[in-house]
Order: sequence, then C-alpha cells, then structure tokens
Amino acid sequence: MDPSADVRGIKRSDLLQMYYHLRLTRSLEDRITALYRQGRIVGGVYTSHGMEAIAVGYASALEPHDVVAPFHRDIGAFLIRGFSPGEIIAQYLGKRAGPTKGKDGNVHMGDLKRGVIGFVSHLADNLPVAAGAALAFKIRGESRVVFAGTGDGGTSRGDFHEAMNLAAVRKLPVVIFCNNNQYAYSTPLRYQMAIADVVERAKAYGMPGEIADGNDVAAVYLASKRAIAKARAGEGPTFLEFKTMRMHGHSEHDPAKYVPRELLEEWTKKDPILKAEALLRQLQYGEDAYFQEVGERAKKEIDAGVEFAEQSPLPDGPEVLEGVFATEDEVGP
Amino acid sequence: MTVATARAEVSYLEAISQALDEEMARDERVFLLGEDIGQYGGAFKITEGFLQKYGEWRVLDTPLAESGFVGAAIGAAMMGMRPVVEMQFADFISCAFDQITEVAAKNHYRWGAAVPIVIRAPFGGGVHGGPFHSECPEGWFFHSPGLKIVAPATPYDAKGLLKAAIRDPNPVLYFEHKYLYRRIKAVLPEGDAVVPIGKAEVKRPGTDISLITYGAMLHLALEAAETLSQEGIELEVLDLRTLIPLDTDAIYASVRKTSKAIILHEDNKTGGIGAEIAARLTEDCFDHLDGPVMRIAPPDTPVPFSTPLEEFFLPKASDVIEAARKLAAY
Repeated sequence: MDPSADVRGIKRSDLLQMYYHLRLTRSLEDRITALYRQGRIVGGVYTSHGMEAIAVGYASALEPHDVVAPFHRDIGAFLIRGFSPGEIIAQYLGKRAGPTKGKDGNVHMGDLKRGVIGFVSHLADNLPVAAGAALAFKIRGESRVVFAGTGDGGTSRGDFHEAMNLAAVRKLPVVIFCNNNQYAYSTPLRYQMAIADVVERAKAYGMPGEIADGNDVAAVYLASKRAIAKARAGEGPTFLEFKTMRMHGHSEHDPAKYVPRELLEEWTKKDPILKAEALLRQLQYGEDAYFQEVGERAKKEIDAGVEFAEQSPLPDGPEVLEGVFATEDEVGP
Repeated sequence: MTVATARAEVSYLEAISQALDEEMARDERVFLLGEDIGQYGGAFKITEGFLQKYGEWRVLDTPLAESGFVGAAIGAAMMGMRPVVEMQFADFISCAFDQITEVAAKNHYRWGAAVPIVIRAPFGGGVHGGPFHSECPEGWFFHSPGLKIVAPATPYDAKGLLKAAIRDPNPVLYFEHKYLYRRIKAVLPEGDAVVPIGKAEVKRPGTDISLITYGAMLHLALEAAETLSQEGIELEVLDLRTLIPLDTDAIYASVRKTSKAIILHEDNKTGGIGAEIAARLTEDCFDHLDGPVMRIAPPDTPVPFSTPLEEFFLPKASDVIEAARKLAAY
C-alpha cells in the first residue's frame, strides 16, 4: 500500500524527528518502569507504552508559541517541549532538579515558559483551563493555539463538557483531544459511555470532530495539523479522538488482568514504533541500520538522564513550606 | 466659576462597581466573566453598562457552568490576564469547588504557575434567599492552602480590597455581603485607595472585650458595642477584613489588651473561622485570657427561608450583648 499524498506531504526531517521522539519516549518510560521495579521510585508510574504516537504526533504539529495541556500518558509532549530526560527522571525520583522540585511526582509537571500546563489528577480539570488559555489568546488577538486532552474516562466528567461547550460558543482557538485507550483504569469503554465513538460527544456542542489512528504518528500529526490550522484561522475548536490501546496497567503496580490477552496481542502488532518504521521504509527514509542507530542514540540520552537525576540532590524537608503563594514577578508565562 | 461639590455617598454595591471599573480602565489585562454580567448587568447590577463600555471580550456572559468558567479564568490568568469572575450567588461556588481548590490553589505550589484570579462571591443571609441563595461558604475554602480570602464590611474596604485582590498574583476569593449592597453607604475619598490584603482593622477601640468579626456581622457588633458602652462595657471591635492570610498579630494584640474575646460570624459554628481563631487564642494567648473564648454563630443548619426561621437563625445584637455581659462578669 502506498502512503497517501498527505503523508508524502510531511517533511522527511519532521517524520524522522518524530521517529526519534517515539524511540526516546519508549526508552525513557522503559527505564522509569525499571527504576520503579527496583523500588527506586515511590508513587505512581503511568506510561504511554504503545500509545507514544499520540503525544509525539500532536506536539510535533504545534508551533513553539502554542500551548499544551497534556494527558497523563503524554510524556512525549514534554520531551518535544524541551523537558530533558534528566529533568523528567529527577521528577520521578522526587529530586530538586525536577520541574516541581519534589512538590509533585511523575507526569504532574508543567512550565509556562515552555508552554506546558501542568497535569491535574482530577481528569478533565485542565480542559476548562485550556479553553481559558485560548480565551486569553482570542482576547489579545494572538495567533496561538492550545492543545489539550484527556482519556476516554475523562470525557465523562462535567469539566470536559463545560470546556467543550465554552470553547464552541466562543469559537476559541483550542483543540481538545481524547486519547481513547479503551480502559479508564479497569473500567472498559462500554461501561463508560453508551456510544461507540467518543467523537459523538462533540456533535452535542456543534464542534467538528475527527477520529484518527492513535498508533500512527503520521495520522495523529496530520489530524492535529488540520485542527490547529482551523483554530489558528479563527474557525474555532475541533475535537479529535485518537484510537489506541493501553498496553500496560493503569499504573505499573496494576497487572491489568481485566484486559483480555488476545486484545493486547492484537494491538502489539499495531505498535506505533513498528508502524512508524514500516512507513519510513515505504517512503525510503530509513531502514534497519538507521532504526538501530536511533535506538542507541535514545538509550544513551536516557543513560545520561539517569546519571543526572541520580546525582541531583533531594529537597530538604523545610522546602515544603516554600511556594504556597506567588509573588508579582512570577505572574504570566 | 468653581463650585465646591460635596462628594456623594457611595453604597457598598457602588463601591464594588467603581473598583471594577477603575481597575479595568487602569489595566487592560483585567476582564470579567460570569453569568448574566453583560447585557443584563449582573443579577445585582454591579456590572451595568460595562458591556457597552468595554465590549464583549472584556465582559463575557458565560454558559451556566461554574466549573467551566472558573477553569477558563485560571487558564487565562496563567497566560497573563487578570480575570475577575462573578459567582452570581456565593452558594453556586460549590459547583466550581474542584477548580478552585485543586487547580487554582495548588498550581503555584506544585509547578510554579501563578494564578491571579479574583472570584467575587455574593454571600450571606438576611435577604430571604433560602438554603441556596444565602450561604456563607468561606469556611470550605478557609481550609485550603493557596487561596486568599477577603470579606469587606464597608464601602471603603469593599473598594480597596477589590483593587488589592485584582492586583494580587494569587487566587483571591472576594466574599461580598449581599445584605450590605444597598444598606451601607459612605463617602469615599478621591484617589486610588487600595486596602492591603492581610490586615484587620479596629473599627471601634475598646478596653474590656475583643469582638472579632467580618462581613455583615461587623454592623451588628458596632450596634451592640454602642448599647454596651452605655452599661460601661467597652467592646473593641476588630474587623478581620481578610480571612486568609489571617491577621493573627492584630487579633493577639487586641486580646492581649482586653484579655477577653468573642468571635462573631454568620457562617455556621462547627468548623468555622471562629473555631480556628478560638483555638489559636488558646494556643498562643492563654496566659492573657481572663475568660473563655466565646463564639456567636448560626446553628449548624442550612440557611432557612421563612422570616421567623431566618431571624432565629441569624445572630442578633442581643446575642452579642448577652454574651458580652456574661464574659464581662467572668
């Protein structure tokens, strides 16, 4: 099968960069999982294993002055936004060098200077916040877009619906996506909603919606590009449903016995890294030796990141008292 | 020809409206959002004429979705705006509880993002609003680190504290008392009088008992103090004005002077602000106390509707007088 004209329209360097970020994300999360199993990470580890194409695809489609409010399995978006593997591992280890200086853990990090709104565990809470960031851009007449998402479970919450509605009535420059990985912790989609596709929910708000293959980085990138272009042109929000499968448990402590093994076997064949490699081969942008070289490069970066994080100091106990309130010079991105 | 005109009295409601208008004119980052605040001018007409003056992108009528528009204010604030949210009635703030306590209050602590939003919450009883239009929900947020809470009792404080709240780099809940809107008036000075957040004020000096209060109850306290003064009991009436950060210096200074304390508030008694102040006085001023710290507050029930029920529910000047007499004799 020939890659579509749309895929051929993606710059070669962009596709190769996305492939590199897929490998970097996989290496980073595999290492974090290993650290967790060694008992060196306290708290939760939520990976995007098998779903890396979503964050890598959409974050690659954004301009540097745009803003993202990532879902909790979007570590690739942090990497693309300039968070180093070392910083991220330091965050997991509760070190002072992590973006939250030990105040919060794992993917609960953000940085306004790098256009990343920090994740909140109360799923979908960041969607009204993202709509509000887009509202600021609209009020000021800036050509900036916000990209924000949640999982299939999060779309059941009121805040998802309130954000969708507000974004639609005010035609805000925001793209709201759902990372439909079929399970909200242990609850399968059929007990989450009585509709087959999450995208149906967008209709109620008069918002255009699209489904894309969440395991195909090029498909995610192209769908995101289309939605971002519309938002930037003042045409308002779009809803994107990225269909994928959660290949690990909700957290690394969860063996996910509630997921049928056959389903996982089926999705293993659709692994986003394998898919990306097949595409690169078809386009004659790369072959095995290149893939191996990228993998080694990613692994080296992660090795350096682990070393950086391990050498970073832990915060001192009394630092708990710092930062409850902001000072005037901290306002704004 | 110059004519010296006496400045007119301004109601508590007009003071709030003036503060909003002046801050919007002063700083183009300031914008308003809430239900019915545009064309209609707000349920209490505080933003009447603002839509015409500032346009639809600085005075936004929102969908009926408190969590959604408080969340939107948070996002806009993080991008450098200064949103002021109107919660039509403070009671409805429960719908936005999650955004306020989990997002606005924690973002700076967790990852350094300042959230300079103001949420105006018209609160309190005495207006026959019943269980859903008369609540005093400040206690819910008093327990939540990362928020500031103010509750002005006079037109001067209402204007000055709202200006301070809008200029503050943190989320500020601004509890404005509905009962005072058109009942309390004062002549305000010219110029930009900002009342600093975190400072209580002695509204009536006295020597015998410290009466610590805020919001509409201040006026009840002053009325009681007048009566008691005729009996030779001098209440020192301390208006907290700000609940977080709590001005413990002012509270302790007053109680060390009088050695006795009554705390008066309109929020129900259990787990209220009075409980916290009483506990702190016991911890930090025990050696100065010559009697038990007393609390006057409504019973632990929802705010009732019918006139005799609401009258029974709300604290009265006679409750203060009775408690003060008891404590004076202690």
